[in-house]
Amino acid sequence: MALTLYSLIQTAILCTNAIAVLHEERFLRKIGSGVDQGVTGFGDDPGIKAQVLNLIRSVRTVMRVPLIIVNTASIVLLLLFG
Amino acid sequence: MDLPHHGYRPSKQRGRGNATGGESMLFEDTSTAEMNTQGYYTPGYNMAAPPNDTQAGVNNLFADPMANAAVMYGSSLANQGKDMVNKEISRFMSVNKLKYFFAVDTRYVVKKLMILMFPYTHQDWEVRYHRDTPLTPRQDVNAPDLYIPTMAFITYILLAGMALGIQKRFSPEVLGLCASTALVWVIIEVLVMLLSLYLLTVHSDLSTFDLIAYSGYKYVGMIFTVLCGLLFGSDGYFVALAWSSCALMFFIVRSLRMKILTSLASDSMSTGSSAKPQVRMYITMATAVFQPIIIYWLTSHLVR
Repeated sequence: MALTLYSLIQTAILCTNAIAVLHEERFLRKIGSGVDQGVTGFGDDPGIKAQVLNLIRSVRTVMRVPLIIVNTASIVLLLLFG
Repeated sequence: MDLPHHGYRPSKQRGRGNATGGESMLFEDTSTAEMNTQGYYTPGYNMAAPPNDTQAGVNNLFADPMANAAVMYGSSLANQGKDMVNKEISRFMSVNKLKYFFAVDTRYVVKKLMILMFPYTHQDWEVRYHRDTPLTPRQDVNAPDLYIPTMAFITYILLAGMALGIQKRFSPEVLGLCASTALVWVIIEVLVMLLSLYLLTVHSDLSTFDLIAYSGYKYVGMIFTVLCGLLFGSDGYFVALAWSSCALMFFIVRSLRMKILTSLASDSMSTGSSAKPQVRMYITMATAVFQPIIIYWLTSHLVR
C-alpha cells in the first residue's frame, strides 16, 4: 500500500475543494441547522454540530484564495506532466 | 525560558573570538549544558581550538594572518546565514518551542526508553511545571521530547532497508516508499487527533509538537518488534508485537490521561454534561488502540 506524500497532498486538495464547493443553504437545511442559527451559548462548549459548522465556515473563508492558486497550479502540472 | 539565550550568545562570542582569544575556549567548553543546547557548531569550534593552542598559541596569529582573516570572514558569513535562516523559519514555527523538545540528555533518553518498553513500574506520570512553563525533558522524565521519535523514525527506516535486504527484496525506491508511508501515517494520526480534539472541544494544552512526539514514540516499539522478528522468526515477531503493543498502549493511556482528562477542570464544570469525561476517555482509548494496528501494518511486510 503505497501511501506517499504526494497522495496525501492530493487527498488534502480534494477534501478542501469539497468543503469549498459546499453550498451552505441547500446542504445544511437538510441537516437541519441553518447558517443563521449559530451558536446559542457563549461561555459553554458549543457542541459538536456547531463546531463542525464553525470549522466548515472558517475553512471556506481562509482557503478560498489559496485553493484557486493551488488548483490552477495542479491543473497546469497535470496537463504538462500527466 | 533561559535556554535559547543561553544558546545564542556564547556561540556568537566564540565565533568572533575564535581566532584571537584561543585560551578562553579551554576554560569555557567544559560546561555540559552549553554543549547540549547549542547544537552542532560548538563541537567544531571546540575541536579546532585545542590543537591550535597546543601548537603555537599566540604565534599562530602572526604566522598566518590570511588564514585568520579567512576564518573570521567565514565565521561572520556563517553567523549571517544562520540569522537569516532563523528569521525565515521562525515565521512558520516557533524555534524556541522546538528547542524545548530537543533539550535532552543521555540519562533522560535511557529512562524514557525503559519506560516505553516497560511502563508498568513507573509511578508518577505527572508532568512537572516550573511557574507555568513545563520543565524541559532534561529535568522531567515525563515530558515529551522529539529527539527519541526522530531518531527512532530514522532507525526504523534503516532497519526496514536491512530487513528487505536480508530477504533480497531491497531497492532504493522501496526505502523511500517505506519512509514516506511511515511519515504519512504519522501526519494522518496527528491530524485526526487534532481534529477530534477540536471538534469535541477538549481544551487541553497538547500542542502539535506534543502530539507528534506521542505519536512518534511507537517507532521504538516498531524497532523492537522488527528486531525480534528478524532474530527469532515469526514467533518472536508476534511475541514482541504483543509485548510492545501492550506497553505502548499502557504508556499512551497513562500519559494522555494526565493531559486530556484533567485539563482545565475549573472551566465550566457545572454546565458540562456527563458525557464529557466519557468522550475524553474515548479519544484516549482510540489513540491507544490505533497504535498496535499501525505497528502491525507497518512492520508485517518486513518480517514474512
